[in-house]
Amino acid sequence: MQALLALDLLPWLIVLPLAFATASFLLGAHAARAIAPAGLALGLVAAGCLAWQVAGAGPQRQALGGWEAPLGITLHADGLAALMLSMTAVVAMPVGLYARAYFRHRPGGVHFWPLTWFLIASMNALYLSADVFNLYVTLEMLGLAAVGLVMIGGGAAALEAAMRYLLAAVAGSLFYLLGVALLYGAHATLDLALLAVRLVSGPHAALAAALMTIGLIVKTALFPLHFWLPPAHGGATPPVSALLSALVIKASFYLLVRLWLDLFGTLDTVAAGQLLGALGAAAILWGSLLALREKKLKMLIAYSTIAQTGYLFLFFALVTADRVGGAGSALAGGVYQALSHAAAKSAMFLAAGGMIASMGSDVIARLDGLSTRLPVSLFAFALASVSLVGLPPSGGFIAKWLLLDAALATGQWWWLVVMVVGGLLTAAYVFRVLRHAFLPACQGKVFQPVPRTLELSALALALVSLLLGLTATAPLALLAGDRA
Amino acid sequence: MSLNEALPLLVVATSLLTGLAIFFLAEGQQRLRIGLNLGGALAKLALVAFMLRGVWQGQHYEIRYPVLPGIDFVLRADALSMAFVTLSAVLWLFTTIYAIGYLEGSPHRSRFFGFFSLCVTATVGIALAGNLLSFFLFYEFLTLATYPLVVHRGTDKAMHAGNIYLAYTLAGGAILLVGVVWLYHLLGNVEFTQGGVLARLPADHHDQLIVIFALLVAGLGVKAALFPLHGWLPAAMVAPAPVSALLHAVAVVKAGAFGIVRVIYDVYGIEFAADLGLLLPLAVVASITILYGSLRALTQDGLKRRLAFSTVSQVSYIVLGASMFGPIGTIGGLVHLVHQGIMKVTLFFCAGNLAETLGIHRVSEMAGVGRRMPWTMGAFTVAAFGMIGVPPMAGFISKWYLGLGALDAAMPWALAVLVISSLLNAAYFLPVVYTVWFRQQDKPWPSEARTGRLETDWTLLLPPVLTALLTLGLGLFAVAAFSPLEWAKLVTVREYQR
Repeated sequence: MQALLALDLLPWLIVLPLAFATASFLLGAHAARAIAPAGLALGLVAAGCLAWQVAGAGPQRQALGGWEAPLGITLHADGLAALMLSMTAVVAMPVGLYARAYFRHRPGGVHFWPLTWFLIASMNALYLSADVFNLYVTLEMLGLAAVGLVMIGGGAAALEAAMRYLLAAVAGSLFYLLGVALLYGAHATLDLALLAVRLVSGPHAALAAALMTIGLIVKTALFPLHFWLPPAHGGATPPVSALLSALVIKASFYLLVRLWLDLFGTLDTVAAGQLLGALGAAAILWGSLLALREKKLKMLIAYSTIAQTGYLFLFFALVTADRVGGAGSALAGGVYQALSHAAAKSAMFLAAGGMIASMGSDVIARLDGLSTRLPVSLFAFALASVSLVGLPPSGGFIAKWLLLDAALATGQWWWLVVMVVGGLLTAAYVFRVLRHAFLPACQGKVFQPVPRTLELSALALALVSLLLGLTATAPLALLAGDRA
Repeated sequence: MSLNEALPLLVVATSLLTGLAIFFLAEGQQRLRIGLNLGGALAKLALVAFMLRGVWQGQHYEIRYPVLPGIDFVLRADALSMAFVTLSAVLWLFTTIYAIGYLEGSPHRSRFFGFFSLCVTATVGIALAGNLLSFFLFYEFLTLATYPLVVHRGTDKAMHAGNIYLAYTLAGGAILLVGVVWLYHLLGNVEFTQGGVLARLPADHHDQLIVIFALLVAGLGVKAALFPLHGWLPAAMVAPAPVSALLHAVAVVKAGAFGIVRVIYDVYGIEFAADLGLLLPLAVVASITILYGSLRALTQDGLKRRLAFSTVSQVSYIVLGASMFGPIGTIGGLVHLVHQGIMKVTLFFCAGNLAETLGIHRVSEMAGVGRRMPWTMGAFTVAAFGMIGVPPMAGFISKWYLGLGALDAAMPWALAVLVISSLLNAAYFLPVVYTVWFRQQDKPWPSEARTGRLETDWTLLLPPVLTALLTLGLGLFAVAAFSPLEWAKLVTVREYQR
């Protein structure tokens, strides 16, 4: 156990997926498919050990090659980063197994594996970076990998969605980079910790903060800058949709949280926090209404992502209004929403992928007969829905509880109303799907057999979203360690 | 884990695991399914009987598990829980036997019995929940577990009813959640404690506590079908008869009523609730519901709809009893929680028998059916008399204590409500009884199923006859040890002794 605690895991979390990306690219689709489970398992072990280390010994820090900041590159992992890394590894595992089965008889496997490994590497690097410029680089890498993944769906629609996504991703990075340049010009450092010390309140800092925030909310697809998300997430292949909705938008959200807590904490952010909260509330309502009206299953799930992202941004309104020290439950609620949405939404996309593969149709009104033909997929979908609606005992419930508690602690009852209404709207659109699935199958309807893996990996992720509700104390303790 | 920790968990697990196992059975594995169903129900009953004795002797059954920092998931068996747990366990057994016969040969039986068991799991969890968070958890679980039962038939009408059911119950759940989180925010932790926990909060919180009470009661009132939140209940009548029986007798409406009892006695404390002036408005709402439900029942020709409005009315007797300040009213409310369940389940069994055997769904089709199905209609008559409050049925005991409680709590108008309601009960039940026994059959039965020597299948006949006997027995032997009345007195003594 001692040896385990002494292990330097931080570089490995980046090197390992990069190595698998290279190998997958060089060896071809067949070999990539064969080695994927081993790589995913190693990633899971590494992330788990890191979380264990952080829980036991506090934040981990490592300077690459022995060069400390501001000269060298420093990797840093606290409880928040460890949670995000674990989330990535936990979601990637079932999604990877699903993709192995999914791409077996479909084109796209050639590109899927290298790009996915590259995606994981850049996300892990992002969570481990402690330097605003390295963060920019990882953000850019992540965007490119994600755009590439959207394109493997093939067809004109996928290409158009990918181009839109590329446009948004590049624009977002550009805004972020402008902010970084302003900070560097003023304070001559890129290291987060040093910047936090040197940053002084003023129009200069406020402009930098605004630019970086705008860039990141484009990438997180906050209303009204969400235009790129539905075609990209709804149009991609199911394993890609799962990765994008569950993980990729969480990376830019994580960065926002990090910046607002560690860097902009000294600025007066109450009004800006309320604005982000208001946009989040609008996202909850607008995304849910679009989901309610949507006729296609995967697009409905994509709109649901927009709505669920809205909850993440309530965090900013709650944490900035906090002057009495109840920030703990706001942060815990925001992060828990990110974690449980990751599990639930990936489960949903994977389950939907299996249903669509079986029926050959993406239309919600034609889901009849699913409850008898694909009960496991439907159960996974239903379980994930429980978490999205925020019903107990699920991760979504814990998140909602903590956010409600934070709203009460800061005396902001209007967010309570938003969350309650949002939960009911969520219930309305997920039950639209479940209701159709419960109807008896039409005469002569044909179901293609679906590989067992497609159903079981969706179920595994749905169970994770349930488990997050049953074992909330451990992740919350990890998170609380950061602020202690 | 000691035995006293394991028991509450086992009582929940007996139906949870049964339910989960049944989902995996193929439609054809009927024997195994019946075995699991009955095995689970009997095991639960045995455990409950053991715990009932233990709680009476002062044993402490509790298990906890941390869910959030400082907040535990708690299952605990106190006297009040056991009243509801016992009712659930007994009626689950009867309803399972009935459902096995009722669903003979229909599709999706594994799905049905799976959710049926989950529904009972949720009910038992609600009963055993040791704090407000755990209660909420099972309360929402109940919503989800009953939805597939309501829409089981998959017809347009059933789907529509399901939508209404969800809209009401999920909205109620959301309102309840706000109240629950608010209380936790004020208190840190809200364990159910005999005599209440809120009286110690400083006086400047009292305004908030009144708002929270309104939120909690509104959230719970949806399931308890308090006027004007009762709209889902008559709509949900499209569900198969065993589901209606369970919904009306133990599961959904009782969960709401039980929750209100919990909130008044074990969260606010009856004295503190009275000090805050919360009881009178609640009693008024309950009274309005009692009269409204009875009035609506009068004009319903559909038998199940008539029974549904009767439930709206009868469940509010429990709320009325709980909102009377004084031990006698409390006893009346609590004992009605049990008695109403047994009587109502009988009535729904009988309605199901009529529909299943003769295709009768309306009161106007029931002329002379007493000759064709004497046992069923005998049971129906006993239960209907019980509902009216005719001695020596169980319903008489409830109404007697409720009436005395009204006078004791200086609420003579509530006595008037009870009297008027009883007259109305008689007005909508007696014509049915008259039609059944004293009128001649004037047209052929809508669709008669072939039956053997008995008037209908024995699995359909046995449960209502037994529950009718219970209705009679609980009235005749109301002062026997472990009778609902004696148990209600035990609960009341423990609630008021502080």
